[in-house]
Amino acid sequence: MTKKGFKIVVLAKQVPDTRNVGKDAMKADGTVNRAALPAIFNPEDLNALEQALSIKDRYAGTTITILTMGPGRAAEIIREGMYRGADDGVLLTDRKFAGSDTLATSYAISLAVKKLNPDIVIAGRQAIDGDTAQVGPQVAEKMNLPQITYAEEILAIDKGKAVIKRRLERGFEVVSCPMPLVITVNASAPECRSRNAKFVMKFKHAKTVTELQESTSDYMELQSRAYLRIPEWGVADINADDKDLGLSGSPTKVKKIENVVFQAKESKRLSAADADIESLMKELISNHTIG
Amino acid sequence: MANFFNDNNDLRFHLTHPLMKKIVALKEQGFGDKEKYDFAPIDFEDAIDSYDKVLEIVGDICGTVLAPNAEHVDAEGPEVINNHVKYHRGTQENHDALTRAGLYGMSLPRQYGGLNFPMVPYVMAAELVSRADAGFANIWGLQDCAETIHEFASEDLKSKYLPLANEGKTYAMDLTEPDAGSDLQAVMLKAHYDEKQGTWLLNGVKRFITNGDADVSLVLARSEEGTTDARGLSLFIYDKTHNAVKVRRIEHKLGIIGSPTCELVFTNAPAELVGDRKMGLIKYVMSLMNGARLGVGAQSVGISDAAYREAVKYANERAQFGKPIIQFPAVYELLTNMRVKLQASRSLLYETSRYVDIYKAYTHISNERKLEKEERDEMKEYQRLADVFTPLLKMFSSEYSNQITYDSLQIHGGAGFMKDFPIERLYRDARITTIYEGTSQLQVVAAIRGVTTGVYLNRIRFYEAQEIAPEYEYIRRQLVDMTADYEKAVATVQQVGDNDYVDFHARRLVEMAGNIIMTYLLLLDSQRDESYRESTDVFLKMAYAQNKERLAYIENFELKDVGFFKMV
Repeated sequence: MTKKGFKIVVLAKQVPDTRNVGKDAMKADGTVNRAALPAIFNPEDLNALEQALSIKDRYAGTTITILTMGPGRAAEIIREGMYRGADDGVLLTDRKFAGSDTLATSYAISLAVKKLNPDIVIAGRQAIDGDTAQVGPQVAEKMNLPQITYAEEILAIDKGKAVIKRRLERGFEVVSCPMPLVITVNASAPECRSRNAKFVMKFKHAKTVTELQESTSDYMELQSRAYLRIPEWGVADINADDKDLGLSGSPTKVKKIENVVFQAKESKRLSAADADIESLMKELISNHTIG
Repeated sequence: MANFFNDNNDLRFHLTHPLMKKIVALKEQGFGDKEKYDFAPIDFEDAIDSYDKVLEIVGDICGTVLAPNAEHVDAEGPEVINNHVKYHRGTQENHDALTRAGLYGMSLPRQYGGLNFPMVPYVMAAELVSRADAGFANIWGLQDCAETIHEFASEDLKSKYLPLANEGKTYAMDLTEPDAGSDLQAVMLKAHYDEKQGTWLLNGVKRFITNGDADVSLVLARSEEGTTDARGLSLFIYDKTHNAVKVRRIEHKLGIIGSPTCELVFTNAPAELVGDRKMGLIKYVMSLMNGARLGVGAQSVGISDAAYREAVKYANERAQFGKPIIQFPAVYELLTNMRVKLQASRSLLYETSRYVDIYKAYTHISNERKLEKEERDEMKEYQRLADVFTPLLKMFSSEYSNQITYDSLQIHGGAGFMKDFPIERLYRDARITTIYEGTSQLQVVAAIRGVTTGVYLNRIRFYEAQEIAPEYEYIRRQLVDMTADYEKAVATVQQVGDNDYVDFHARRLVEMAGNIIMTYLLLLDSQRDESYRESTDVFLKMAYAQNKERLAYIENFELKDVGFFKMV
């Protein structure tokens, strides 16, 4: 080890749980019905957090900061990260961020990362709402940092270089990359550990200023504990240019939305014969209903 | 994703019992720890919220790690390699997940790395773990040993061995020997003090030791040469790093297969004395056993819960004669009786845990400062209650878990007899609960004191005096009837003036008391949440009829009739 621990920023996103989509998932106007879908920690961002935690386990002195951009309630993601072992977090939140596509989002996030000045940035490969897989790589591009995608395991960090195992289509490869760098992690990486009892009890009162103003029941005596304050950063805090944010900074235009209507159109009768069962299994696997 | 805490309304209900206020106050002593520990609660509400949130973690790990592992752990089991136990890979995963979540040492003070939780949430965690994997529940539950070290060992031993719990080191209590099972006075494993090495050395054999290859073992051994009874026994800590104990074999068992049951050979094994010599069995093991019995109570309720859920699921899915079998009276009656037995034993489990909590908290406070008279009286009162409620709980919950797994398997029909459903494992796992940590028959021996000294009756009168909403009055009236029957049965047996005669009918008397107590607990539960009303009604019907039967048996019996039972 060349220095005492590493400073890691984990990029995380609060997403609607699209894994259990029901018929109420979309509103009539084609937008996501957030009320019907619980807000969760984006699954691959949890894989990313686990990689960060495993570095922290191995290299004493390592700190982990959760960086998330979103509305006020996205502070839940930061607390969730702290329950599992992250040290602190920053919520990027501002009305001017609203409507940002991946270009505008990565612009804001890259400025925040710059301000945090970490050794390693780790993110999930992609979020389950937009499924673009663009924000992590764009942050690396904007910061002019090397990026390692499809990471499955950070094997070691030695002499200023991270040794990383990448999951590829037909196997894996091990690469070495100088720090600082951006890593995006696959779902095939180890699952994130569960919450830790002491961390939950320690950080359950961690709040943003906005949350404190909205709540009535919180403990005044805890206000002196600095680690319970989740900072909110707006446009001014990261010195961003308004025109590169939100709708004006987002060249992506949605051309058309197609509503998928859940409706059984045809039925199929199958016998209990092996051949029938096999053909059904093949069909279900090929259209990703199962497997 | 399955969360075993969030899908169980009973647990949150018991976590908000009115007595919790007192328990938390005793346990947190003015909440002074909040200045020293960032995870200590600020006040009562904060403490309850912490228990809730931590139990949610337990429920998550149970649902997503332990339960999915249970089938393979049961099928393959642990093994012995080079005289040491190797857990099944699933068992190791379970243990690592719970360790990493910081859940071990739950009831220990914060200064030893613990969470300083009362027994109530700790027992809830044990129930959840048991529902997921009853075999693993033993490895989890043996952290109770740390509680005994905390209660009786010197400060040196405490600071050496207690923090290990939270770090994931495992514990065992080495009591049983080939010729000392229920009768622990017969323990022969030898302890002698070696002047040269300046340490106690243990030599001998232990058998049927759950998790026998643990990192830290509490060993009951004969330290006083030439003695043959309980007064020659002391309690020791053996640390596995000495590598002086061999696991000769592990048993092949009917159930709880993931939990390794070891035969151990001690060869000059260095050990440290816990507390005072000669107090091993008389004081320390008794306390250890009471903790273990509460643990078996939690384990039994957890198994009952799992078996009940499997039965409900199967009865809804399985169709015969054109409808799901749950719609047949013979099936829905079974299911409902299973549910009320489950809820009654759970109410008894947490009532007992609360009693243990209060007296234990006072015990620990009394080590710091002298108790006021009222505090001392209260401690004694709750200790008396805990002493007679613990065997009652152990007997009822374990017998119920056997009845409930039996009925659940019955509902599964032929399919339940196959290895395809979890119920066959639950059925096998339940079987040990009426046996270890004292058989049901031995629980009766302990519980009969509650009958003869009137402790049960006093408590029944206390329950009777509680405020009850008018629409529940008919239940109380029937309970008053049942109490009169119970007193009659006790008087009838005692009139004979023969101790053997009391022993002969002891189980009937204890069961009558238990039926009344559990019905009262459900009645009081329904005062706080009316969803318990139907369970109270159903349980009352069963309890009332059973007590009538037991009274009739006793009234139609004479001393000489005992002779009929000596023919075999």
